[in-house]
Order: sequence, then C-alpha cells, then structure tokens
Amino acid sequence: MKVELRGVTKRFPGVVANRDVNLTVSGGEVVALLGENGAGKSTLMNVLFGLYEATEGEIYIDDQKAEFSSPADAIAAGIGMVHQHFMLIPVFNVIENVMLGLEETKGMGRLDEDKASERLLSLSREHGLQVEPYAVIEDLPVGVQQRVEILKALYRNADCLILDEPTAVLTPDEIRDLIGVIQSLKDAGKAIIFISHKLKEVLEIADQIVVLRRGEVVGTTTPSETNEQELATMMVGRDVQLEVSKTPSEPGTAVLRVTDMHVRDDREVKVVNGVSFEVKAKEILAIAGVQGNGQTQLIEALTGLRKVESGNVTLGDEDVTGASPATLFKMDVAHIPEDRQADGMIGAFSIADNLVLNTYRERPFSKGILTDRSAIQRSATKLIEDFDIRTPSARSPASTLSGGNQQKMIVAREFTHAQRLLIASQPTRGLDVGSIQYIHARIVAQRDEGAGVLLVSSELDEIMALADRIAVMCAGEIVGVLDRADATREKVGRLMAGVRDEAPRPPSPPVAEGEGS
Amino acid sequence: MSSHSATVTTSRISPARARGFGIFFIFLAVAMAVLFGMGSGPDSATFGLNGPDQFADLPTVEIPAAGTAYFLAVVAAFLGGMQLARGFGHRIYLVLGVVVFLFIFAFLVWATEDNSLNLYGMLQSTLLRAIPLTLGAISGVLCEKSGVVNIAIEGMMLFSAFMGVIIGSASGNLWIGLIGGALAGGVLSSVLAVLSIRYRVDQIIAGTVLNIFALGITSYLTARVLVEYQNLNNPGTFRQFSIPIVSKIPLIGPLLFRNNILIFLTFVLVGAVWFGLNKTRWGLRVRAVGEHPKAADTVGINVQRVRYRNVIMGGVVAGLAGAYLTLGSVGRFDENMTAGKGFIALAAMLFGRYNPVGAFGAALVFGFAESLQNKLAILNVGISSELLAMAPYLATLLVVAGVVGRTRVPAADGVPYVKE
Repeated sequence: MKVELRGVTKRFPGVVANRDVNLTVSGGEVVALLGENGAGKSTLMNVLFGLYEATEGEIYIDDQKAEFSSPADAIAAGIGMVHQHFMLIPVFNVIENVMLGLEETKGMGRLDEDKASERLLSLSREHGLQVEPYAVIEDLPVGVQQRVEILKALYRNADCLILDEPTAVLTPDEIRDLIGVIQSLKDAGKAIIFISHKLKEVLEIADQIVVLRRGEVVGTTTPSETNEQELATMMVGRDVQLEVSKTPSEPGTAVLRVTDMHVRDDREVKVVNGVSFEVKAKEILAIAGVQGNGQTQLIEALTGLRKVESGNVTLGDEDVTGASPATLFKMDVAHIPEDRQADGMIGAFSIADNLVLNTYRERPFSKGILTDRSAIQRSATKLIEDFDIRTPSARSPASTLSGGNQQKMIVAREFTHAQRLLIASQPTRGLDVGSIQYIHARIVAQRDEGAGVLLVSSELDEIMALADRIAVMCAGEIVGVLDRADATREKVGRLMAGVRDEAPRPPSPPVAEGEGS
Repeated sequence: MSSHSATVTTSRISPARARGFGIFFIFLAVAMAVLFGMGSGPDSATFGLNGPDQFADLPTVEIPAAGTAYFLAVVAAFLGGMQLARGFGHRIYLVLGVVVFLFIFAFLVWATEDNSLNLYGMLQSTLLRAIPLTLGAISGVLCEKSGVVNIAIEGMMLFSAFMGVIIGSASGNLWIGLIGGALAGGVLSSVLAVLSIRYRVDQIIAGTVLNIFALGITSYLTARVLVEYQNLNNPGTFRQFSIPIVSKIPLIGPLLFRNNILIFLTFVLVGAVWFGLNKTRWGLRVRAVGEHPKAADTVGINVQRVRYRNVIMGGVVAGLAGAYLTLGSVGRFDENMTAGKGFIALAAMLFGRYNPVGAFGAALVFGFAESLQNKLAILNVGISSELLAMAPYLATLLVVAGVVGRTRVPAADGVPYVKE
C-alpha cells in the first residue's frame, strides 16, 4: 500500500495549519513526522484520517485519488489512526471497543462478542499485541490501552497506521515494547506514520524523517544522514541548546522534609504509602516515575490540595502538614501544578487577572475592598515582557494562549516572589522545545538563587537534564534515591518499572540470561 | 506492567462509604426495635393476601406485632454487622433494598396492629403507581444513555396526557388516543432534541422551558376548552384483561397478569430496553455515544443521528407514561395532573442506575411510598394526612440526596458534541 498527500493545505479561519505539504509512505516503511507542538502534525493527520477536509490538495491511495469526508471513508480505504488521546470508551471492555462500529451480530442485532473475540485474538497473536478481550479499558495500564487502539485499527484491516505521539504516555519499558510492535507491523507490510517531537525516538524508529515547521515541510531526511542537533535546529528554525547548562549543586540546609507520608486518592485507595524524603536549599530533587504511581496525590497533599492521611511535612522548622495553599504561599512556596489548565489558571479570566491570582488581596493590587485595575495591568504588562509570554494583549483570556505560553504565565506568577521552595509538577508536559528550554533555565535559575526545588516528571529526559538527586516513585513508594552522578537512564528506567536492586547483584555473567541453570 | 496495581480496584465503593452503610443498617435496626417493637402492644396484625379470581385463596396471615418488629430488627442488625465485618461489595444496593424493605414492613406491622390490611390491595396500588414512573424513567434512560439530559419528562407526560385525552375523546377510539399521546411526547422531545443537539442550548434550561410550556398550554386549554366541552375530557379507559391460567395463581396472578394493555406494555418495555441497551449493536452504539462521542465518531458512528433517535424515542415513551395517567388510569385530564411524577421518574432513573430494570425497581419503591400514604390515612395511625402526602416526595429526596450518591452517569451526559 502506498499513501500520498499531494500539496495539502489546510486553512482554519485566520490560520494556515498546513501549507502545501507533500508526504509519501509505502508499505513496510516507517515515516516519522517530526515537529513542535502546533507545527501542524496532528492537523495533517486528521486530514488524512477524514476528520478534517483539506482546503487544497489531494490524497492518493495506491495512485488512486481518494476523497475522505469522514473517518469512515478513511477506514474503508485502509487507514487507521491511534490518536494521542485514545478514542476508547473507559467503561467498555476491550472487545466492545474494538468492534464498535463494525459489530459482529447474531440475529436481532444481538452482539456476538465471542466471534469478535476470536478475530481479535488471532490478530493479537499475529502481531504480538497481548490483550485480555474481556478486560475493562479503565482498569488497564496506558500501554495496554494503546495496544487496544492498534488492534482496533488492525481489526478494521488498516494497511496504513498513523500513530499520533504514541510514546508520550509510555514508560521506557512500554516504549521498548511499542518499538517491537512497530517493527513487526512493518515486517507485515504495513505503512506507518509515526508522529513525534522526540528526537531520540525518531532517529531510532524511522526509515524516513519529515520535519514540519509552522505547517510546512522544512526537510526530509533519513536517520543515517542526520543527528539530534540538526533535527532540533530544523524543527525549531534556529539553533537550540538541547541540554540546560547548569553547575553542580551546592546544597544547603533542608527546606522541605517529608516523613512517612500516606495519602489516599479520590476512590479512597491508598496511593502514597509511607513516603519520606527531603529537599535541600539550592538543589533540585526530582521525583521520577511513570504517571499514576502516586506522584500526583503526593504533590496535592504537599500543596494543601488533598488530605494527608498520616505523616509529617515540615518547611524549615515549621510543621506544615495539611497547611492550606494560602498559608504555603505566605511561607514562600511556589507551585506549578501538573494540570495547568485545571489547577494552574482560570481560562476565562484575562492574563492580567491570572497573574495576580495569588496576590490580588495584597497591595498594590488591592486597596480595601477594591482592586486596582491599573496596578494589575501594569504588573501584567511587565511580566508579559519579562517572561516572554506571546499574546496580543494582557486582557486576552488565558485560554487563548498556547500551552507553552500558558505555562510561562503560571511560571511568571509563581516565580516573582521570594522563594524558599518550588514545587514543579510536569512543568514542560506538552510544550515545544523552545518553551521547554526556557522553563528549564528558569527552574535552574531559581535553584541557583537559593530555592529548594521539588520536580515531578515522568519524562526521563527532563529528569536527567535537571535533577541533582533523583527519587524514583513506584506504586506509591520511593523505590530508590540516586545522585545524579550515579544515575543512568537504564538504572532510573528499571526503578520506574519497580525493579529494586540496591543490593549488589550476585556476580553472575550477564549473558547467562534465559538459559536456565 | 507492574506499576499500576495501586490504581486498579474492583469495588467502586469506598471503605468509608461501606462502613456508612453498615452503620445505617444498624441504626435502622435499632429504630425498628425501639419504635415498632417497644411501641407495639400485645396484639397481632392481620394481613390478607388474596386478589380476585384465583385458583385457591391463601390463608390470612396473623402475626404478633412486637415479636415481628424485634425479629426484623435482628435480621437488619445482622446484615449491618455482616456489612461492617465483611462487606457486600457491589451487591450493597441490593442489601440496602432488603433492609429498607424490612424497615417498611416492620412499620406496616406496627401500623396494622390490632387491625387488618389487605396486602394484595397495597401491592396492586404500588404497581399501578409505579407504572408511569417506570415509563418516565425509561424515557430518561433512553435520552441520557445517548448523552442528552432530559428533565422535560414531566412536561412531556403532562402534554401527552392532555393530548391523549383530547384525541381519544374526539376520535372515540382509545387506541388513537394512545398513539396521539405517544406522538405528542415525541413532538415535544423533538423540540428538546433540536434545541440541545442542533443549537446546543443548555439542556437543563431547554428542559425547564418545555416543562413550563407544557404546564402553561395544558392549563390554559383545560380552562378554555375542556371545561366548556366536557365530552372532550371523557375518553374512557383501557379495560383490564387476564392472561389465561397464570392470572389465577394466588397473589401474583391477579397482581401481574390481570391488567390493562399499558401495564403489560410497560413490562415488555422494561425488558426490551434493557436487552436493547446491553445486548445489541444499537445499545452498544448508544452507550458509546453517551460515553465518548468523539470515539464513536472516529469509528464511523453518526453521533447526532443516534442522539436524535434516542431523544425522540424517549419522548414517545414519556408520551406513553402520560397517556397511562389518563387513558390507562383515571380516564380524564386534570390541570397539572402529573404533579411532579416526571421528576420522581428522573429520581427512579438515577436510583435504578440508568438501568431499565433497576428503574422499575426504584419506581416500585416510590409507588409503594405513595400507596403507603393512602393506606396509612385509612388505617388512621395518627399522623396528619398533610404530612403523609409528603411521603413520596420525601422518599425521592432521601434517595436522590443520600442513596444515589455516586451513580455512574454517562460521561458525556449533557455535553453537546461539536464536530471539528
């Protein structure tokens, strides 16, 4: 199978999302579509999948012109898409999800799950995608959900698979598995379009790399002809520094001390199980771990957003267990929350108002019961400039900002105060290379000015770039603490998967694996 | 895949909540012992169990009032203890139903002490009162499973009760009246569908507007038309008929198999809608659209069409509920005769966890509360009738506020789908 996009342009009112894009992918080939967030990768693929209609340009399948006005048309033509946000129904089981829209029935429209399950299992064996057909989606780990998505496409006889940022949600181990699956699909003659903004992966997986910037193709290359630095430059359009420059830390006294903390989640399940650690002044302690291992609840408990079941938190010498966010703010604790749109800002409020969410009660923004609009406006104008927030006006609603600029706004609000402790949760999730670089530099600068930094991230790259010490969290516990100097990606990755090996390994030769003694 | 076990749980009931249930059961047990056990004299309560035209009559049951209350209290306390010690897991709602039933039964025995009560009559009136609630709840299930909130069940019921009467009287044919009533519900629900699906009006507001409209127009027309032309308000009612043989089984025969067509139709609908939603392609697609419309869209399901179809079907079923109130029951229309039944039906839908069978069970609970109110007025237990009249609404309030708590609502319920 050969899929071709010829001269595809997609315009939205006021924006050109794709301009004159050409792309070809053939059976047995992996084409990586590389670009920053907002470069138009997803839009382009939504055009190919029939979710959007191209303003100009054509799609050819095996040299035949094709018209897709809905995903149903694209599916019928053999195109399958694994969306970044899975299109799975959480309360349905695997079979129901896979066969939805293409149901097997036995008279009177009765569903025939067994028949569907048979076909699913044979596909699953063929491509090494193990699933339990009757498991309910919401109980499955993200990596398995992704397998279901891939199976869903294969079930529809897809010959061309579009994988939209498939690694964003996976653990290092799951990424290994996925690469294996992609290889097997490739061997089976499928055409694969792999969307990513991660350079390492693209170099590893792709046969061909197409770089997209501001909706246009700015380069086509192969892994053997290029390297990370060159791809980054192509992608961003200027030279970028991939690693933050940072001097070794000179840790001071402990700022934050957490002792034997236990926390429950919304379903009353205990997800933080006796966690203890400390963060010193002038150091970055990173908590690494796959999402959903209790980091979220740990941070919520530390920042006064969730009840602490038991345990102790001290800030300097003061007990702040269960202290409210306002109290913590007064004690110079800054917080960049994990879900910036839900917990970090109010989308419908102006940028100026968002910038004073923590200080609007204080002078000069408040006088008695009145707020001083002009003071708020003046401060906003200054912060927008200082933190390079790209917006037409401080009066625009915060929701109109791009992800990177929303984050800069939150950073601007949180960083403008004297700081003892900075708690940053997934601070660069979903941001483009340029914004990541900026936020990282700011975090390091805070450290150098004397703040203790508690960083939570599920991105190994981020952990390795920023941390002075790394605590790995798995299943609600800290399974290991490493100094940055001793930490390798492999070591951290193993701990993230829950393999503890603090004890020295028996001196057996590493090649003996799998032979059985 | 070792790291996710912490977040996976089989039971969706928190330990605190489970404990709460246990304590609640024991509280009810104590209340039963104190109020009905100690509160009863030495006499017995007599219950009749027989309907008309049975193979044989069951004997009359005579039970000691105080002893029964104590016994039931012990059973309830035992269930409470079990819940605290071991937990019933997801079957807790069933157990809750049992315990509440024990409580109500103990109450009945207490109220009937030194008196007699025909349980058959009470059960029959429970069922009759549950019918419109069940149909209303099924209407809600059909709409909300597809992701459209329908709080206009009340208005649809009222409007179709009215139209059913007018059309039935004018045509002189009950069947035409019934169809007219059902269609009237369908028409009103199409308005809801267009407003909420096409124009994405807030669904609560759209529903409220329809309720006000239905009340306004039927009240106006009652005053202007029905009062003057009384023969337009006299369609008659569907006759009862018996299903041979099974209707002669003592107690349940006359209860279940000697009814009018609308009641049989309700039984069929409960089963059919449950089967349709859970076992068929149609149901899978409806649920998909109500949970995650975009996912449904990406596999080629026409989200808007599914929603239109379901909302209109829901309207037709609400129309049947309305027609039952007039053509299947009293045979005439009175101003605002639904009196909140459409909202109680919504509560039954929630209590029944969006499941037609569950909704039927919930409707029976509410129907029982209504008929209890009537019977107690007759038994003259010394509670003022105004207070008793609150019983069904009070039961609804308790259910909605306390018991339902965390019913799992379809994820996209009330959220319009915007195709990009």
